[in-house]
Amino acid sequence: MSLRSSLRSLSAGLRELYEAPYRRTLSRARRDEDDLFMLVVMAEALGVPNPASYYTVELLPLLNERVHEWHTRLGMERSPLENVSCC
Amino acid sequence: MNSLVLMLIGVAMVLAGYFLYSKFLATRIYKLSPSYTTPAHELSDGVDYVPTNKFVLWGHHFTSVAGAAPIVGPAVAVIWGWLPAFLWVTIGTVFFAGMHDLGALWASVRNRGQSMGMLSGRYIGARGRNLFLVVIFLLLLMVVAAFATVIKNLLIATPTSVIPVWGAIAVAAVIGQMIYRWKINLLLTTVIGVVALYSLILVGDRFPVVLPDPILGMSPATFWIVALFVYAGIASLLPVWVLLQPRDYINGVQLFIGLGILYLAVMFASPSVVAPAVNGNLPEGTPSLVPLLFVTIACGAISGFHGMVASGTSAKQLDKETDARFVGYFGAVGEGLLALGAILAATAGYRTLAEWEAVYSAFNEGGVSAFVQGGGAIVNAGLGIPVSLSATILATMAVLFAATTMDTGVRLQRFVVQEAGEIMGLRINKAVGTLVVLVVAVSLTFSAGGDGAGGMLIWPLFGTTNQLLASLTLSIVAIILLRKKRNPVPVLIPLVFVMVMSIYALIVQLGTFWTDRSWLLLVLDVIILIASLWVAVEAVAAMNAARKGTFDPETDEPVLEGSRKA
Repeated sequence: MSLRSSLRSLSAGLRELYEAPYRRTLSRARRDEDDLFMLVVMAEALGVPNPASYYTVELLPLLNERVHEWHTRLGMERSPLENVSCC
Repeated sequence: MNSLVLMLIGVAMVLAGYFLYSKFLATRIYKLSPSYTTPAHELSDGVDYVPTNKFVLWGHHFTSVAGAAPIVGPAVAVIWGWLPAFLWVTIGTVFFAGMHDLGALWASVRNRGQSMGMLSGRYIGARGRNLFLVVIFLLLLMVVAAFATVIKNLLIATPTSVIPVWGAIAVAAVIGQMIYRWKINLLLTTVIGVVALYSLILVGDRFPVVLPDPILGMSPATFWIVALFVYAGIASLLPVWVLLQPRDYINGVQLFIGLGILYLAVMFASPSVVAPAVNGNLPEGTPSLVPLLFVTIACGAISGFHGMVASGTSAKQLDKETDARFVGYFGAVGEGLLALGAILAATAGYRTLAEWEAVYSAFNEGGVSAFVQGGGAIVNAGLGIPVSLSATILATMAVLFAATTMDTGVRLQRFVVQEAGEIMGLRINKAVGTLVVLVVAVSLTFSAGGDGAGGMLIWPLFGTTNQLLASLTLSIVAIILLRKKRNPVPVLIPLVFVMVMSIYALIVQLGTFWTDRSWLLLVLDVIILIASLWVAVEAVAAMNAARKGTFDPETDEPVLEGSRKA
């Protein structure tokens, strides 16, 4: 193994050592924030008036992929959103 | 006895344990199979369940289980002489800790990576699960209080370590920023972090900090304890990436550096062990060796805490089931080596027996400070680093281990308090939860006087609780083996031994706390005693049922007679 590649694998191992113990905590926190963001963007679709909808509507297509994971995690078998095709 | 000989014998014993006994356990008892689909593959989600290289997994398994505890315990226990501590650490690592850690890992892997708490719910019953939560809370509470005292003692005994110990917090905070905000290569960050830490040690060695007495109306001892709890409270409330995560990481790196320094120094210096093999001249008030030795050294010989890390965390990342032998058993070997290093430092680092006896003048005297002092002398002789600098390095290392356990402990306890609040229908926010934890821990630390002597009184009680947790885990492993109709003897003998010793120790300590009038500790002792007896009764009942019943070989679930398919 060349020096470069062994350094790289050492670095990858250290990275794992650094991240693994806290991966769960951090991804939970991130998920919570994503959920909040989703709630803001999807507000109109959920029946909550959203003064910023003119701007957030642009983001809808970007969030579409996440809808399925989101509603199954919340224990809903089908999506509660009418305008998003899912399942 | 030469310390190098002692070291070689010890290392040979635990390595033989790894190569021979763990192989026996892996093939005959736990029957690890390379073709079994581990939870990391079956439930792979990129978050909790991630198949991980076994060396990396061993690395963070080892660094999460090893800390200050395998230093504190042996350093206190050598008061009975080096031989009992040496035998308990080596034999304990081979037949108790290694078997326990491997068993916990295996049990969890075979149950979708569930934690020991969940497993006790499944194999012992709902009461077993509640018991588990109570024991864990008490364990965290005691470790936080005991470590506050340990750190305070070190800061006062080694004033040169004050600057590196508190400076390490800043180093960790900068590392966190380097990784997440500035996205600097981790290898480079590690090098910078270690260099920064060791520069702080050099600075601290030049400028010792001795607090004036009184400071802010408190004695230095009280002041340090209060400062530590304030720190732990704040650290536990910050987002983990800011402080806790980089601190854990630096500690992991430190652990390897420290072990290296200690073993290299013993190898080059090979000082002779001045402490007696069995101390016939015990200071007055030292409790009897049986049972106290077996609870004073918990981590390093057998520790229930390992089961918590093995199940629920490491089990979810195991790539192949056969890797469990390396990760679980060798993780225990690593900790045994740390404990062995502590024994060597605390017994061979003195010139004469009289000098050693002056340090170990009473039970709980000496301890980690003796480890730092003795270890410092050995490192000086072996590697030529000046005595005071070597002592600063070791003291800083021990404090850093203990301090990370403190802040993580406070954080975990806050979750327990919040959860308990939810059950009672109260909403407890982060700050209030932390405050509750801190108040309880501080009052426990000060329960035997303003200098925090209560913290060290708790040490054997902490060991006992740790052993209780280990017995719970071992009971679960034994029940699984019985359900699978395999030979449970390698688990049962250590289980009975540990349980008898910890219950015996609890009764002995009950008398001590009664004569000392330490009511808080007395109450704790009674709670733990009840929990222990409860564990014993529940475990025996569950084992009996497991022995008699018929179980599905795949799922371990009971099969009713007559309902079996033909």
